[in-house]
Amino acid sequence: MDWLFSPVTAGDKILSMIAAIVIFVVVMGAILLAVGNEKAPSWLVAAGFLGPVVIFLAVGLVWPTLQTIWKSFQTTANVIGPDNQPVRNPDFSIQKTTSFNFNNYKSIFTDSDLLRVLGNTLLWTILVPLVATAIGLVYAVIIDRSRFEKFAKTLIFIPMAISMVGAAIIWRFVYAINDAPGANQIGIANQFLVWIGLKPINFLNGGLATTFFLIIVMIWIQAGFAMTILSAAIKAIPEDTIEAAKIDGASGMKLFTRITIPSIRSALVVVLTTLAIGALKAYDIVKAMGNSNPTVDVIATRFITYFNSAETENLSSALAVVLFVMVLPIVVYNVRQMRKQEETR
Amino acid sequence: MAKTSARKVMATIAAASAFALVISACGSDNNSATPSSTPPTSTPAPETSAAPSSSTGTTSGSETTGGSATSGSASPSGSAIPTDDAWCDEIKAAYPDISGKSVSIYTSIVAPEDKPHIDSFVPFTDCTGVTVNYEGNKDFENQIKLRVQSGSAPDIAYIPQPGLLQTLVNDTGKVVPAPQTVIDNLAKYYDPAWAEYGSVGGKLFASPVGANVKSFVWYSPKAFATAGYKVPTTLDELKTLSDTIAATGAKPWCAGFESGTATGWPGTDWLEDFVLRTAGPDVYDQWYKHEIPFNDPKIVTALTAVGDYLQNDKYVNGGFGGPDSIATTPFGEAGLPLLTGKCWMHRQASFYAANFPAGTKVSEDGDVYAFYLPGDGTTKPVLGGGEFAAAFSDRPEVQAFQTYLSSPAWSNAKAKATPNGGWLSANKGLDTSLLANPIDKLSAEILQDPASVFRFDASDLMPSSVGAGTFWVGMTSFVRDGVDAASTLATIEASWPK
Amino acid sequence: MTAGEIFVEPVDRKEARKNKAAMAAAETAKRISSPGASIIAIILAVLWTIPTFGLLVTSFRPGDVVPTSGWWTAFTAGGGGFTFNTYKEAWTTQALGPNFLNSFVITLPAILIPITLALLAAYAFAWVDFRGRNFLFVAVFALQIVPIQVTLLPLLKTYKWLGLDGSFWPVWLSHTIYGLPLAIFLMHNFMKEIPREIVEAARVDGAGHVKIFFKVLMPLLVPAIAAFGIFQFLWVWNDLLVGTVFSGSKNNAPLPLAVQQLIGNLGSGNRQYLLSAGAFIVMAVPLVIFLALQRFFVRGLLAGGVKG
Repeated sequence: MDWLFSPVTAGDKILSMIAAIVIFVVVMGAILLAVGNEKAPSWLVAAGFLGPVVIFLAVGLVWPTLQTIWKSFQTTANVIGPDNQPVRNPDFSIQKTTSFNFNNYKSIFTDSDLLRVLGNTLLWTILVPLVATAIGLVYAVIIDRSRFEKFAKTLIFIPMAISMVGAAIIWRFVYAINDAPGANQIGIANQFLVWIGLKPINFLNGGLATTFFLIIVMIWIQAGFAMTILSAAIKAIPEDTIEAAKIDGASGMKLFTRITIPSIRSALVVVLTTLAIGALKAYDIVKAMGNSNPTVDVIATRFITYFNSAETENLSSALAVVLFVMVLPIVVYNVRQMRKQEETR
Repeated sequence: MAKTSARKVMATIAAASAFALVISACGSDNNSATPSSTPPTSTPAPETSAAPSSSTGTTSGSETTGGSATSGSASPSGSAIPTDDAWCDEIKAAYPDISGKSVSIYTSIVAPEDKPHIDSFVPFTDCTGVTVNYEGNKDFENQIKLRVQSGSAPDIAYIPQPGLLQTLVNDTGKVVPAPQTVIDNLAKYYDPAWAEYGSVGGKLFASPVGANVKSFVWYSPKAFATAGYKVPTTLDELKTLSDTIAATGAKPWCAGFESGTATGWPGTDWLEDFVLRTAGPDVYDQWYKHEIPFNDPKIVTALTAVGDYLQNDKYVNGGFGGPDSIATTPFGEAGLPLLTGKCWMHRQASFYAANFPAGTKVSEDGDVYAFYLPGDGTTKPVLGGGEFAAAFSDRPEVQAFQTYLSSPAWSNAKAKATPNGGWLSANKGLDTSLLANPIDKLSAEILQDPASVFRFDASDLMPSSVGAGTFWVGMTSFVRDGVDAASTLATIEASWPK
Repeated sequence: MTAGEIFVEPVDRKEARKNKAAMAAAETAKRISSPGASIIAIILAVLWTIPTFGLLVTSFRPGDVVPTSGWWTAFTAGGGGFTFNTYKEAWTTQALGPNFLNSFVITLPAILIPITLALLAAYAFAWVDFRGRNFLFVAVFALQIVPIQVTLLPLLKTYKWLGLDGSFWPVWLSHTIYGLPLAIFLMHNFMKEIPREIVEAARVDGAGHVKIFFKVLMPLLVPAIAAFGIFQFLWVWNDLLVGTVFSGSKNNAPLPLAVQQLIGNLGSGNRQYLLSAGAFIVMAVPLVIFLALQRFFVRGLLAGGVKG
């Protein structure tokens, strides 16, 4: 069974992939067969449909989350012996005492630049979804059924296909600065400024402006997501609806606001929600391009920084909980949207 | 290992197991191709030369041939080192009956720098018959913690910072103390300072492997000769030279702190070098151990001295702009203006040699070279860094391998396996004539010089939330925002874990 | 959108639809292609393309001129010209071939499993009545925010306990776990768009939930699956973290991991330019797939895009 659990050769790897798919299909088939009876009670059906998901999520996400919440109330300290040195176990690790308190939260909320970090996070979670969705929507509407639609869509989609790490490389060649007199620019944005007779700007020098320039990178990536989903939604608007509106004399902007927007409402909510959560979690861009500048930090980058140091791991748990709380408004908004939809359905 | 418990899983997937077993029967021919499950009982030289590449075998075929080429040439040409056979006998005597076993090693060193490492293990495999499986990952520092904590620790790991070693020993208890043979090797071949950096709570856990010297100033010998500048031998002369160059309207220094998620680390080296020079090694030790505050007045003095260079718009940043451009200039590109004459000096470690474009002559009379960042002219403090090999298992073959790594035999084998240079060790038994690169040779000579007082990079010794966190951030804002020395240090002090 | 607006198109009307589409295209050309709108579209397209184009040009420039002159100078006399060496070097430094295979082996199950599970779960949330449904759905939705990092160690321990470490299983299962909350959220929205009447009608005919799911809903959801599939594909294909932590050994490492290792360690800053070629090697497959899947997007996503 080595080929399945530790494949080495190319053939084994492909074989193990096929086997994995087959196992999955067989297991799911068995489950569905068991609940497929028309007379099966709905709780059994729900268990069959949801069982695997619940197990996966409970083990993979819920349990670690509970542990994280638990840890966020913990602080640990070394046990100090009479010789003023830490006391060691037989395996040479240091004995620690754990106490439960609100110290992690206290240190987060008394952090002098917490307000700025929260502010930056809010900017990200508001600007990224709104702007990316707006751009994706406008673009999708304009190019809809135009001659170059496929090509035009691909252009906006390309950034989606690039990893966050790749994005940081790409944008270096946009934002890079050299303000030595007469030096070559290697960033196109600064070269552009030079061409029109201005001085180059250090885009990534920190502060609010840099946050905006980093948000632009995220918008650049995510507009493709918005465009793809919204474009598909626009195409799902029945021809008759549009025709009827046209007969009523709607055109241009009116058609857009009266017909298009309401028809794709739920797609808009989906896109906004997904992008907002993505923006809340985004740390790669800030980490890779922020030049260790605390003024552009967001909660997710603080979390990663704390998480990677043994001394601040508990602190990072508290930040993860804060992140969790920040997503609640989005959850509530979605639940309310769902309720509304339920009523009209 | 995976096999038995894997069955456990299979049993739970009741509906599928029968099917899977049928498939597995079809695929069973391939089992013999799996090196990890069937280690060879005897390992003659030609086979074992391929062994190190077994972990990487599918990713690179070239390593296999590279390995065998090295092993083929090792025995006849190895006569330059008289101890070549002695080390092998010693290891075999101390650790008998380990042939056919294997040792896994995990490091942060990736291609193409990993190949010399893989090659340098070949003599060990030839001697003992122990296969060495190498794996490198750039995200080593985070991954090793996960692997150790989840019970998948490698046998040996190259740990790039003593601070990380402390964390692993103190928090996981999975690191195994070094065997007596390693302790003996360290006593014989290394400066006691190195043994201290590999120890936690007074016990030796890890032996040094690679080393680098950070107290270097890169310059262009050609340009210096043309302009009539002399390499300074004291810190005062360095200042005078900087002023002389600045008076011509040129910017004497270039620097770059940008390094992606690690932005700021070159700045910490600047401060450390200056602490060693303006406050001395004893204060340096108290400083990184936090026996004195991070913002002790002596450290403020040192950072103010750094500021005289890095916050001085007459001095920096040659080829890039003003002092604030240091924060956004990638460290790898910061020294390149030396080649175009836009910058005259660049303080960076010995490994910076690799950043110059292919064809650049790195030598005392070449395009670029480095001089020792001078002190007061009488003492010779040296700032450096390096990796340490720590073990997570006390199996005899692992201890035999640890012993090999701490011996001069490995350092010499590694030097031979690194024809392009860019590597050295602090092992006193290292034959510096084997080092390909003049800058490596200079570094090794500085390390072996009895007058040198070696100190390890303090940011690697501090708690990582400071040494790989607020210290980086502080030094970056020091150059970018022109924050004064006292408040820069006060901010970092405030972040020190309680 | 109301039920009456949805109708079903038989396959044999494809041809007719094509003509209709052509007519519609000609007609809409009048409808929206005001010069202002076209200009906006062109500006957006250019702005969105320039950064990537810059990297593309960079990837064809000699490595030593990259840090010292802008990529746009490549088209001028002193720009250093073009070369294919960066790609050659990137491909050989890490021998990316096996990593390509690994990425493929990782990606297929890591798309298939979460999407299937998400479809089933979304169906249950949308069309099966059971106690605690809303609570469970909100819980799954909220799990989207869990930072992956906190789950790494518990999951690694679980896989180790199961004896799965060192195989592709941890990677497949982890991608499944991380992908599920968003997949369920999106699929649930698609599911809900399907008019109640269609499901009710099937139920009256005596079909059980499994039958309704496969016979009635799945065909309607093909475009939604294609759309989500490409995003799940992108996340898995471009993922670095899950691959690094769970692939266990270099032998199983996916493509982005190998590309990230391209520039070597500290002191190899002069290999930075290799990343430009590496990025395009990684990007090639997603672009091809996006182009190939575009025909699934021609028709609607949210309503299942069926017409007749």
